[in-house]
Amino acid sequence: MSQSAATGDDIGSGSQSSRISEAVIRIAGNSQDGIQSIGGFLARLAGRSEQEVMTMMTIPSTISGGPSIFQVRLGSGDVLSAGDEADVLLAFYQHSYENHISNLREGGILVYDSDHVEPNEEWLDKYRHIGIAISSLTVEAIGGTARDKGKNIYALGLIGRMFNLNLEKLERLINERFAAKGESVVKTAMDAFQSGYRYQSDDITNLFEFTSSEVDRSNQVVMSGNEAIGYGLIAAGVRFGAGYPITPWSDIMELLRRELPKYGGSFIQCEDEIASVSMAIGASYGGRVAVTGSSGPGISLKTEAIGWAVMAEVPLVVVDIQRGGPSTGLPTNVEQSDLNIACFGGHGDSPRVVLAAANVEDCFYTAMEAVDIARRYSVPVMLLSDQAIATRIEAFDEPKLEEICRDLTPDLTPTPTHKPYDLETETGASRHRAPGTRIEDGRYPVVTGLEHDEWGHPSASPDLHEGMTHKRRNKLKALADELPVPEVFGADSGEVLVVGWGSTTGPLYEAVEKSGNNGQAISALKLRHISPLPNGLEEIFSRFKRIYVVEMNDGGVHGYGQLAGVLRARFADPRIQGINKTDALRWKVWEIIDRVNECRNADAAETNA
Amino acid sequence: MSDSATLEAPPQDAEERQPVTKKEITADHPTWCPGCGDFSVLAIYYKLIQKRNIHHEKVTTVAGIGCSSRFPYFVQAHGAHYIHGRALSFASGVSLSRPDLHVFAFGGDGDAFSIGGNHFMHTARKNVKMTYVVMDNFVYGLTKKQTSPTSPLGFKSKTDNWGAFDRPINPMKLAISAGATFVARTSHTNPKHLLEMMDLAMDHDGFGFIECLSECTEFYAGAFDASNPRKGGEYLLVPEDHDVTDEAAAYKLAGEDFPGKFGVYYQVQRPTKNALEAGVSDAAKAKFEGKKDWEVLQTTFNRMK
Repeated sequence: MSQSAATGDDIGSGSQSSRISEAVIRIAGNSQDGIQSIGGFLARLAGRSEQEVMTMMTIPSTISGGPSIFQVRLGSGDVLSAGDEADVLLAFYQHSYENHISNLREGGILVYDSDHVEPNEEWLDKYRHIGIAISSLTVEAIGGTARDKGKNIYALGLIGRMFNLNLEKLERLINERFAAKGESVVKTAMDAFQSGYRYQSDDITNLFEFTSSEVDRSNQVVMSGNEAIGYGLIAAGVRFGAGYPITPWSDIMELLRRELPKYGGSFIQCEDEIASVSMAIGASYGGRVAVTGSSGPGISLKTEAIGWAVMAEVPLVVVDIQRGGPSTGLPTNVEQSDLNIACFGGHGDSPRVVLAAANVEDCFYTAMEAVDIARRYSVPVMLLSDQAIATRIEAFDEPKLEEICRDLTPDLTPTPTHKPYDLETETGASRHRAPGTRIEDGRYPVVTGLEHDEWGHPSASPDLHEGMTHKRRNKLKALADELPVPEVFGADSGEVLVVGWGSTTGPLYEAVEKSGNNGQAISALKLRHISPLPNGLEEIFSRFKRIYVVEMNDGGVHGYGQLAGVLRARFADPRIQGINKTDALRWKVWEIIDRVNECRNADAAETNA
Repeated sequence: MSDSATLEAPPQDAEERQPVTKKEITADHPTWCPGCGDFSVLAIYYKLIQKRNIHHEKVTTVAGIGCSSRFPYFVQAHGAHYIHGRALSFASGVSLSRPDLHVFAFGGDGDAFSIGGNHFMHTARKNVKMTYVVMDNFVYGLTKKQTSPTSPLGFKSKTDNWGAFDRPINPMKLAISAGATFVARTSHTNPKHLLEMMDLAMDHDGFGFIECLSECTEFYAGAFDASNPRKGGEYLLVPEDHDVTDEAAAYKLAGEDFPGKFGVYYQVQRPTKNALEAGVSDAAKAKFEGKKDWEVLQTTFNRMK
């Protein structure tokens, strides 16, 4: 709780509220307790208020039950990460209490369900304990048959009171959420909520009040990263997709299956990953960029077909929601270990485009960009997200849909002549002409995975293979020329530049902000375009003494991770070092700062030796 | 699907278009060995296109990998030569997104029943609208004589020098049990019958599957002599009293010893995947009558605030 008026032991004591700019609330329980929906309400509330919000959740990989957490960070300023330590921990069970207390900062507030949790004597001095009989009070509020249902809404009421959240807005959200389930459900939820909100105790009443924000954030939409990708694809004009269920990608296919029909499209659940990518490629060939996606092993299975799309120059978007690997790995944990397969997966020289989204809002716009690039360059585009972004909820400025939505209805205008693989084009990019297009000179294109001549007929001519290989990679060079040079976050030059991609970006930026105060300033660079890399990076690198690439993947045999490997191969710059971890948890800000300092000290020692 | 309105009527020339000639639909000279059965399938495909007066742009020819899968190169029309075993998935993508086109898929026994076995089963059960012709030669030809999923027991190949002992797949039984709605059997040696089957398959609203025996003269010469009157065999048609809607009867017919019968084994009408998906879409769209796509998305976003 930065800028908190009250700090340390006296935090929030008594009923006088503390003015705070942000707070991290962790709710720990079991997956069936509906704690995700508490987070969802808070995130949505923030979207309608002046607060920024970022959430993080972990869901057990078991089918039902098991411990689950939801963490919400609400703030009046920019919220860049889900927060290292919680200011408030709401624990439903003994295991929630014991397993998550270490995530609560010293002096933080523990609210526990006294029906299920027995406080530990040792921790009483370290954290402020507030016991509330959440389970029995919920039953009291909504009737005896409710069992464990409704606890989450009761707890939401408690949180609303603690942080003096807007009662009217919260009640409206509850109404909207349950309206479809009928009046009695709304009433039950409202009873639980109000009972929690009116809980009489000086311990929790109006503990905190958020300072007002300078920025008007009232026109925001609230969604998860996976939702943002799904809607971004729709906004970009995608109307067909195919997939196979796998965590954490499945949300996107479920969303598209439900939503695409409204736009006259469809999403097909296939018998396997290979059929999915193949069906999507078939639809793309049909004239309109289609999408497939997966996670983990599903991406491995698709690689042959992606190679075909590279060779045949058919547009395609492949969404990869990364999880821990290799093999089945860690289905519900985060990792950034698919960069290599995205860039290089498959046999042969097969250049393709790789984009990485850094947060929920970025998921929306990067999905749109992926479709646009795939279409203009007739190339498969890999869109990398990860489990952390996929499942967290953020609020962001509502996109101006009327301006940005695209119509990709295939153009079937007859053409005098068409070479599907014209070697004379300036950029190397071919225009895909869909079947149904009349070609007046009577020479029709075959799109193919065999090396081919300009009309798509097989050829093993040495000149043609070389020419076509160059064509397929030259169009990526042309794309690189139009990409913006990424902006440095923090000082424009200095000692340390940390480079990151994907969900690592938020903690990296926050590390930059935190580092600025202690004389050990660092700057950060986020790469959204991984393949091709944008031009001009060497100029940025030249302004810094040390370059550390921070990733959630293994440093490998040579001590640097997957993006670091790509950058070293590109720039042959030994200053590019890796900071890696494979604990399958998102980066915390202090971890980054500590690791950067370690590296800096080690480098300095080496220089002095 | 929503695009069908715009897609069904691509701009046409003012003047009446002439029927396509064989020359106009012929592309590369086939790479097949002399005497290969696939030549007659190609010739009949040309004939079918002419007979039905299909213009180049109205048809799409899709294939996987194998000798027979070279098909698209030999046809002057939009075509795709996809990866091994996955032609049906690709063809489904074309079929489901482009209701205005007729999709033909061609392949061999390895492509269809070995590497592509899973897709064969699921495309059949989903009843995706297309015509699929498998040129079954009982051997891997492109890779030069390995055992195929339809090689009969005892067939001596480079991978089974002592004679194949894995029980072969029966394509007819497989198709019927997977839920294909049109299942027919023919042979390259009887072009008239082959044309008749392709004609029927094309008219079938759904997944139309034809197993066409197509001799590999190089690696399995004489494989189908028993079905060829010119080689002393018999070409027996499916009995006239066979009820094509009777699944058990079709299955029984499929169980006959080689060379068995030729003709339509099974045909029923079941809603196509195409029609079912379009139905879902039409119903969903009806709720947003008159709204532009961005307005539909706006409706969703309004609920996410």
